[in-house]
Amino acid sequence: MAPPADGPARLEAANVTALFGRRAIVKDVSIMFPSNTVTAIIGPSGCGKSTFLRCLNRMHELSVGGWVTGKVLLDSHDIYDATVDPIQLRRRIGMVFQRPTPFPTMSIFDNVAAGLRVNGKRSRADQTEAVEQALRHSALWDEVKDRLHSSAIALSGGQQQRLCIARAIAPEPEVILLDEPTASLDPGGTQHIEELCHKLKSRFTIVIVTHNLQQAARISDYTAFFYVGDLIEVGRTDQLFTKPAKEQTEAYITGRFG
Amino acid sequence: MTGLVALLSFLAVFALVLILGNLVAKGASSLDLNFFIKNPVPAGQTGGGVANAIVGTAIIVGLAGLIGLPVGIGTGLYLAEYGSGQLGWIVRFVADVLNGTPSIVVGIFAWRWMVKPMGHFTALAGAVALAVLMVPMLARTTEEMVRLVPHSLREAALALGYPRWRTSLRIIARTALAGIVTGCLVGIARIAGETAPLLFTALGNLNFSTNLLQPMQSLSLQVFTYATGPFEEWHRLAWAAAIVLMGLVLLLATAARWAVRQRYGSSR
Repeated sequence: MAPPADGPARLEAANVTALFGRRAIVKDVSIMFPSNTVTAIIGPSGCGKSTFLRCLNRMHELSVGGWVTGKVLLDSHDIYDATVDPIQLRRRIGMVFQRPTPFPTMSIFDNVAAGLRVNGKRSRADQTEAVEQALRHSALWDEVKDRLHSSAIALSGGQQQRLCIARAIAPEPEVILLDEPTASLDPGGTQHIEELCHKLKSRFTIVIVTHNLQQAARISDYTAFFYVGDLIEVGRTDQLFTKPAKEQTEAYITGRFG
Repeated sequence: MTGLVALLSFLAVFALVLILGNLVAKGASSLDLNFFIKNPVPAGQTGGGVANAIVGTAIIVGLAGLIGLPVGIGTGLYLAEYGSGQLGWIVRFVADVLNGTPSIVVGIFAWRWMVKPMGHFTALAGAVALAVLMVPMLARTTEEMVRLVPHSLREAALALGYPRWRTSLRIIARTALAGIVTGCLVGIARIAGETAPLLFTALGNLNFSTNLLQPMQSLSLQVFTYATGPFEEWHRLAWAAAIVLMGLVLLLATAARWAVRQRYGSSR
């Protein structure tokens, strides 16, 4: 699979196969994610796009029966190397899930600070600064600055999801993985998240799984099309949507299946 | 069908009202300040109270909680978080069997392994017997409560770089906390009324005692001794002590309900 040409790869998957037991869900996928870009992963339900995303921060191996072969290089170092501690690794690669997952017992502030605290001892002043920054970057600050210490579950679904993004970016990871982050949101909430993707790519490398083709077209620089566990095609988003190289890609983006 | 279930539920409530009404009718008149602050007087005299039994119940149940709560909650956490293997299956099975074990059997066990080697009855043995009763109950309720926490929360914590133990304690257990606290209160309420396991462990004591290594009185034992005794005065005190015991259990049950409301009423 021809990798996108411009920019050094921040994250790179090389021959990644993800399995449950003996069943391969993702088959021999190789793809590069250049620094400070948004890459969208599209494909019909069950094509392995979420599973592949979970290989990129070693979450797949936490599922019962889940294991991975191949390499994933973060800054040219294989994250599946025996010397890599997956817990430390996940602090460098943030993740946001399909449904908002604020910690219900924690305040808004504590939710955003959770990743900082687990990252080591940081002073209260540092936390306050980092929490404000993260909330500003996730466009939530103005809405919550007066109630930082109230419960996080009082927020709306869209606000909760932006809170989860703030929580993910507060420890300043290098890569952010978004797993259908707008699937449970209304159009307003969706628009907020999409605008965030644009803003955040100046600081992070973003990989987003989405089943929404228009969303992929709107927010991504590169798009990868998955079908039944195979990476069919990856390329610049404008090219992939206007001049797809593969028959299957064209069939999918023109709505003939999926 | 609706009529039938309504009738059956009426029967259940009716029995409860009958018990409560009977208790109040026969015992309420004996409830005065002296009842709470005086110790029992020798048989044949009138007056006296059950201060020793109230303090004894507090000590024995408190000690049982001190022993039983950490073990029970810890076991429940283990079962929910790591108990998917064979060892988990065994622990769960043992807990279920122990849950169904008659409390008097647990009393015999405590007598055999604590009272006999020490040579005399002790409050400590009573507390241990009650703790043993409480542990399987707590373990299973804690497990249920922890399992109710959505899997997505665990994933969110792990994806943030939380180690597994920290995810269990800081995120999962804390989210399930209200449910666990409720389980603890129900468990304590349950053992506070137990009599059989105390009969041959704490034994009972007509005098005021706070010595853990000596026999100690409890409300349930007091009710048992007085109700089966030959004196009218004792019967009167037994009814009153039964009210106090009932009130204690009611208090704990109410606290448990309150704890649940704190969790499920305020959120979502």
